[in-house]
Amino acid sequence: MLKRYLARRLLVAVPSLLIASAIVFMLPRLIPGDAVQLMLAETSYAKDIDELRAKLGLDRPFHVQYVEWLGRAARGDLGESLWTRRPVLSELAQRLPVTGELALYATVSALLIALPIGVVAAARQDSLSDYVLRSLAILGLSVPNFWLATLLIVLPAIWWGWRPVTGFVEFRQDPVAHVAQILLPALILGIASAAALMRLTRGMLLEVLRQDYVRTAWAKGLTERAVVIKHGLRNAVIPVITLLGTQLPLILGGTVIIEQIFGLPGVSRFLFDAINQRDYPVIQGVNLLVVSTVVLVNLVVDALYAVLDPRIRY
Amino acid sequence: MSATTSATLELNGAAPAPAGARPRTVAVRWALAVAHFARRKPLGAIGGMIVLAMLVMAVFAEQIAPYRYDETVRGARMTPPSAAHWLGTDNLSRDMWSRIVYGARVSVTVGFATIALAIVVATAIGVSSAYFGGPWDLVVQRVVLSLLAIGPGGLSDYRAILAHESEMPNNRYFTLAYLLGPGPLNLIVSIAIIATATNSRVIRGATLTVMQSQFVEAARAMGCGHMRIIVRHLLPNVVATIIILATIGLGAVILAESALSFLGFGVPPPYPSWGAMLSGSGRTYMLRAPWMAIWPGVAISLAVFGFNMLGDALRDVLDPRLRGGR
Repeated sequence: MLKRYLARRLLVAVPSLLIASAIVFMLPRLIPGDAVQLMLAETSYAKDIDELRAKLGLDRPFHVQYVEWLGRAARGDLGESLWTRRPVLSELAQRLPVTGELALYATVSALLIALPIGVVAAARQDSLSDYVLRSLAILGLSVPNFWLATLLIVLPAIWWGWRPVTGFVEFRQDPVAHVAQILLPALILGIASAAALMRLTRGMLLEVLRQDYVRTAWAKGLTERAVVIKHGLRNAVIPVITLLGTQLPLILGGTVIIEQIFGLPGVSRFLFDAINQRDYPVIQGVNLLVVSTVVLVNLVVDALYAVLDPRIRY
Repeated sequence: MSATTSATLELNGAAPAPAGARPRTVAVRWALAVAHFARRKPLGAIGGMIVLAMLVMAVFAEQIAPYRYDETVRGARMTPPSAAHWLGTDNLSRDMWSRIVYGARVSVTVGFATIALAIVVATAIGVSSAYFGGPWDLVVQRVVLSLLAIGPGGLSDYRAILAHESEMPNNRYFTLAYLLGPGPLNLIVSIAIIATATNSRVIRGATLTVMQSQFVEAARAMGCGHMRIIVRHLLPNVVATIIILATIGLGAVILAESALSFLGFGVPPPYPSWGAMLSGSGRTYMLRAPWMAIWPGVAISLAVFGFNMLGDALRDVLDPRLRGGR
């Protein structure tokens, strides 16, 4: 049953991916000005511009370029950068671990912060601690991450003369320094997600704690811990997992600014530079990767949903 | 019975004023409702006050700010906060407090314009998509989902989306904003496109729930037309969801606007916008004049905090499933 459901979801994901790929292909081409104009000086002749455009394959009809690109992308070839002439895929492979690590640490820290706080806030609804924790969560959602990052660079520098390492340290060079370098940006990225997850955990747990079976659990004389964690949290955690799936694009989106501020050579910084240089194959490649990852993660989340809640039948 | 006593009684849950008493004016009823809301939701009331302060700042910027936003004060380059310049001055000797006050205007204008645009279009898409269903729903939802590049699918609860409505990924705005180029109008359009997509999903979900109700079935059986069912029966029942979306969405839009301004897609200088004040000179001089990087961030955080608090409290009050009980 689950297999059939997943197969159906996969089938539905295909048109979504196709439309998304068309958008991904179209978007960068709509940016005013193209790579050729940037590559050649303003004084260059129209003939040179046309020649270079033909050489890069940018003179052919739009749909021809799209179909050709899609065909090659399906075979794992994302083309090569217009500027560096290096394959987009290998450039991506080089930067993906940094962004992946950042996103992973951010997600884990978000969960570690959100779950305990959400449980406490729900178990002590409308108490002082609930108010304080909820206000903190909303504050976490309200503070722009680029400002938080700036503060965490400025204040320690002023107070203690401490500054985060600016050059990127590879894991192979110094594992401890590497993790320490990524931990702070990851924590900043995770804060907004933690706040959203905490709020949902609290809300869902409150709803579950009003159910009849929870009243029965109380009546049986179970401890608060058993009632809240075993009967409550287990049933409240499912939407939280769905939300975790939808947090991924958020976290990936946040990396655009965070990688920029902390000088991390990740995928988002690659995208930022590529957009500035109108490097179409790179923009398309990165966006396609992000879109496919998000679709895949949502598929996994839906499957997890069914495993966690045996009541869900497809 | 004096008006005050009757108001106190009403707040304490006592019976309404006896027959024969003068009917309350609209203003008094509103004041009572606000007082009741503030008593039940103190955090929401704080949020409401922050929002109100921001609106006043935006509307009366000329009267509140001691200087114009582009006025340079002779001999006051990067002076720290003092009695003369509450929040200090920047690298071009401009008063930071005045710039923050004028900056509220950008946030409020972009915020309200974006949300108005997004909510109207999202309601049209969401309600029609849920009501007519079939191929229309399928096509519209494919486009919406592709735009969002998220497919939580049929399983996801619309309330789960409501809960995390306050944040939307920056990178989508970012690509769109780049596409449209800098400037306030383009900023509004690029944020509104994404906000429309997200909100239309939520409104569609809420409408689908209302469609299950018997009164919709009854209206249909009585021979009501599509327009009548949508306007008289569906819309009034999703209006609470729309109000919550708009309030919390405003916080998200202000955050998005500041992120885009930070990246250079916002209002062109010298007009101040909080996000832009944080980038550029704010970051260049952050070690010598940290107040240049601190206050705009405080302003953004407070504004978003206010809208989120207010939206949260409104959700508690307007969404019966989250109301009362332990």
